[in-house]
Amino acid sequence: MTDTTASSAPGAVESPFKREIGIKRRYAAEKRFQAYGLIAISLGLIFLLLLLWSVVSKGYTAFEQTSINLPITFSQNIIDPKGDRSDTAILMANYPKLATDAIVKVLGINPDDKNAVREAGQMISASSRTQLRDMVLSDPDIIGKTVPVWVLATDKVDSALKGQVDLSVDESRRKISDQQVQWMREMTADGAMKMRFNTGLFTNGASSRAESAGVGVAIIGSLYMMLIVLVLALPIGVAASIYLEEFAPKNRWADIIEVNINNLAAVPSIVFGLLGLAVFINFAGLPRSASLVGGLVLTLMTLPTIIIATRAALKAVPPSIRSAALGLGASKTQMVFHHVLPLAAPGILTGTIIGLAQALGETAPLLLIGMVAFVVGYPASPLDPATALPVQIYMWANEAERAFVERTSGAIIILLAFLAVMNITAIILRRRFERRW
Amino acid sequence: MKTLKLTAAALVASAAFAGTAVARDQVQIAGSSTVLPYAKIVAETFGETFPNFKTPVVESGGSSGGLKEFCKGVGTDTIDIANASRQIRDKEVAACAEAGVTEIQEIRIGYDGIVFATDINGPDFVLEPADVYKALAAQIIVDGKLVDNPNMKWSDVDAKFPDWDIAAYIPGEKHGTREVFEEKVLAIGCEATGDLKAKMDSGMDEDAAEDSCIAVRKDGGAVDIDGDYTETLARIDANKTGVGVFGLAFYENNADKLKVATMSGVTPSTESIASGEYPVSRPLFFYVKKAHLGVIPGLQEYVEFFTSDQMIGPDSPLAEYGLVAAPEEEREEVRQNFVDGKML
Repeated sequence: MTDTTASSAPGAVESPFKREIGIKRRYAAEKRFQAYGLIAISLGLIFLLLLLWSVVSKGYTAFEQTSINLPITFSQNIIDPKGDRSDTAILMANYPKLATDAIVKVLGINPDDKNAVREAGQMISASSRTQLRDMVLSDPDIIGKTVPVWVLATDKVDSALKGQVDLSVDESRRKISDQQVQWMREMTADGAMKMRFNTGLFTNGASSRAESAGVGVAIIGSLYMMLIVLVLALPIGVAASIYLEEFAPKNRWADIIEVNINNLAAVPSIVFGLLGLAVFINFAGLPRSASLVGGLVLTLMTLPTIIIATRAALKAVPPSIRSAALGLGASKTQMVFHHVLPLAAPGILTGTIIGLAQALGETAPLLLIGMVAFVVGYPASPLDPATALPVQIYMWANEAERAFVERTSGAIIILLAFLAVMNITAIILRRRFERRW
Repeated sequence: MKTLKLTAAALVASAAFAGTAVARDQVQIAGSSTVLPYAKIVAETFGETFPNFKTPVVESGGSSGGLKEFCKGVGTDTIDIANASRQIRDKEVAACAEAGVTEIQEIRIGYDGIVFATDINGPDFVLEPADVYKALAAQIIVDGKLVDNPNMKWSDVDAKFPDWDIAAYIPGEKHGTREVFEEKVLAIGCEATGDLKAKMDSGMDEDAAEDSCIAVRKDGGAVDIDGDYTETLARIDANKTGVGVFGLAFYENNADKLKVATMSGVTPSTESIASGEYPVSRPLFFYVKKAHLGVIPGLQEYVEFFTSDQMIGPDSPLAEYGLVAAPEEEREEVRQNFVDGKML
């Protein structure tokens, strides 16, 4: 300070208003910088919009599925010719025949025209077998009655109706015949065939038939895994960070641990998959494809994220709070659990939710522990085989049938919706509970 | 404090699961992505037809990956069936034996064709293995000398082809399909053009000459696709003058977008492959752990169901999807071998 006063000799004082201090240049620099920022943000937004547009424009049709309303006669002769109502008869009956008979009647086809009957039958999804069987099982008295039932059309009809198949090419080059297209148009015109909301997309498990494939098993598998991650990673992560931040001596070991945690957060997730395969499946003998193993692997992956976020949240609590608590006679444990932790909780929650969202979108480690699999049945517990949402997307993306294209995008929309809900929750929690000093 | 207690409880609970191999009531399958769609159809239909058994779980992961899992040992924590788009290798049989998997039953389910296809609006491609070799090999013989492949356009290969830059999308090296492409197209073409002999005459020993025959050019004319056929299709969509290699089933499901090339004058179809006229095809397999039969509920029934004519016969859902059914006697033999317990 003394130097500056000494060096400014009297008489050399220039009016600060006249001196050239580069105001124009500095304003220009600021404008330029703002422009760069705006360009960066708009580029980001454009790519986001492109992504969303490509997913939504391809995927919104997946939420509707073509169904056919058929008056199905549950004929005694076909279901239970012996009339003994035995379980095997009812389980093994030729239910697709019921549906075929019904559609033949609706379309007015001559039942002796074998080819036409076969083609008409091929328009109905093979999932009608279980659908009709379940109806008979739940109410055996239905046998002998005629009931209108909405059955699914096959994915070929569905894709054609949605305009995803080029119908102008020769009949032999597509999976739906001209005759079937004509029937499809007739039935659509008189209301027997129409698009209905696709509840199966949310409730069904995997299926080789596009029309009855759904993400139900994947959602349950993902939920199990999120639950396991939450139950394991949150307490372990928070305990580790509290110890490191509040109790551990600040020495070389603490530094080594810190470096390692930060490193772990950046390790590619496939490495955790390998670890999971070696430790949980080969060594501990846990079942393959089970969401328990998936949850454990994702826990390992999420732990560093949670620890880093929790430590940051603990650091953000002002030291005055700690000093005040200690000064009033609280023990260190009391200080942490009564004062520091409650104040850090919003930050911890945010970090946990972001870690969970990350885990929700993970596929690579699941590949190695057998969760990239075709699973039809619902998992009753985390020990049963299951898949996860991103895995289902990956598997559908590799399918040959046209109808899986829209389902892939549809599943992406569902996953994005889950992620959005989780991230919005994180923001709301932070807004509501965060305290600023 | 409550949370801490809960954590402890959770840890104990998860530790309790560990170490106890859980009894399994569900067939577990892994392997080839080519066989996967067929296995999925069978598994699903099996689950619907036999409500007393759970639907088998089918993982993908490639033929090699599946066989590796398969050879981990015997017991309920290992898989029961490995799907493969090629025959099991001696090395793998040895690895299996080392882990205690000595009783392996081989089931041949049918055949799969490999086809070349272009965009639907392209001209007709009439291919010979020799044409493919001349277009895609890394080094060919020109005027008696071994040179880096000079053909940049299809019309350079033969005047019958369009004036297109050579851009072929072929399966990457981790795919079983690549082996078939090399053996049944490139190697044959190499022999047909006389290059194999010329290469051997120029001082290469037989192995080196054969390796040189199936080496694919790396200058951009041939692009390895490591993903699935959906990726190849996307490439053809983007580059209308590209030529892609597909499985027959995939082509048939996307015939409104693709035009198939004939090979040696034969159009690929289930009929021409079944009769053996179309040359580029291969058998598909799955392998069963005999020690698991009778232990895992439904395994025996699943194999019997898979090999029945209602699944792999000429008029079956698998054939409809694109599997080329084996001849009647061969299917009968496969079933008989399984019943007899014939092992590798």
